[in-house]
Amino acid sequence: VSGVSGYLDAAAGVPLHPVAAQALAAALADGWADPAKLYGAGRRARLLLDGAREAIAEVLGARPDEVTFCASGTQAAHLAVLGGLAGRRRAGTRFVHSAVEHSCVLHAAERHVAAGGTAVGVPVDRDGRVGAAAFAAAADGAALASLMTANHEVGTLQPVAEVADACRARGVPLHTDAAQSAGRLPIPPGWSLLSASAHKWGGPPGVGILAIRTGTRWQNPLPTDERERGRVPGFENVPAAVAAAAALQAVAAESAGENARLSTLTARIRTRVAAAVPDVEVVGHPEDRLPHLVTFSCLYVDGEALLHELDRRGFAVSSGSSCTSSTLTPSHVLEAMGVLSHGNVRVSLHRDTREDDVDRFLAVLPPIVRDLRTRAGVNGL
Amino acid sequence: VIILDQRGRRCPLPVIELARHIGDVPVGASIAVAADDPAARLDIPAWCRMRGHGYEGESAAGDGVPVYRVTRLR
Repeated sequence: VSGVSGYLDAAAGVPLHPVAAQALAAALADGWADPAKLYGAGRRARLLLDGAREAIAEVLGARPDEVTFCASGTQAAHLAVLGGLAGRRRAGTRFVHSAVEHSCVLHAAERHVAAGGTAVGVPVDRDGRVGAAAFAAAADGAALASLMTANHEVGTLQPVAEVADACRARGVPLHTDAAQSAGRLPIPPGWSLLSASAHKWGGPPGVGILAIRTGTRWQNPLPTDERERGRVPGFENVPAAVAAAAALQAVAAESAGENARLSTLTARIRTRVAAAVPDVEVVGHPEDRLPHLVTFSCLYVDGEALLHELDRRGFAVSSGSSCTSSTLTPSHVLEAMGVLSHGNVRVSLHRDTREDDVDRFLAVLPPIVRDLRTRAGVNGL
Repeated sequence: VIILDQRGRRCPLPVIELARHIGDVPVGASIAVAADDPAARLDIPAWCRMRGHGYEGESAAGDGVPVYRVTRLR
């Protein structure tokens, strides 16, 4: 695949898994018809769609009728949060979420507040993690709570199972955004609403998963039709759903070996970057973390210049530094953690990442940082 | 108190200027940075933590720009 060798931005999206490419081609040929129609071609599309739903449900620990396909992980999170709040209107309007949720959850919270509701962001510690007890206390009496399985910028795992227990005891439904961990790690039990995104696990872009646990109060915030149990309107993208399911089954089957391989490589990055680059802060929880993602900040370095130099050498990484964002504000995740925001680099690996890619990255990074610091006249400060 | 005027300067420049001038005050004394870049609110306390200096908090200058105060501890 072109450009994959230096592509170290898996958290943004990974290349299509080979089995997904095969499944996509086959389903485009065979599953193009309207799955709502009763003629033969429609029934074939329906069978493919139902099969994809069953496969995804099994990996995510859901029932098939709880799983809905939509256009993206972002749309899934919007529907989970706004629909979960709409379904709980009689219980109040308070929405509780961690301060480090993905912007899609925060945008849904903003919409909720604009409509007269309230939203509370629960603070995180220096590692980016909420305290389960503090989160549960904040969620007491809330209409809905939202806690991601793992953070997309720093890789820290959140105590979702513990929080889900506490929420259940309080009668508060919990949404979990599993976009970064689905297919890599088991989904923690106890969620009422779950959202995920297929292109993060090797499925095609444009497939989001919304799962609504049976018995959860949920009311669609958007117009509906008869499709996807009245949860997502419009003609289903059957081929993409089939490819997403094939990829999820494949990555889940590979996950034990891949997690071991990638966590060895991210541990190498953590150790070597800290040793070879002066004044670097590796951020995120050191142990309770995603196996494939590592984040660090380089003191006195302009994050945009760093990304540009890495790109010139063929490496694609991401940054939470303000100078790399369109809004010119630092990442809300780094802000909530209280860690250095400039010179920030997120490296995230995937199944096509080779040990050699990581070693080449580790070879080019220290001189790039040194040169940028020399240019800025900050060596020895 | 010395106030380093970093209005209009983008990160990481306000922190770099602070690092250049922390030695201008004796140990135990304070220095301040006026910076309108929102990243300074994050980066100045983080720099203090990494360099072992004391972050004392922020106030607002007459024009509303945040002023971050740091005590040299070493």
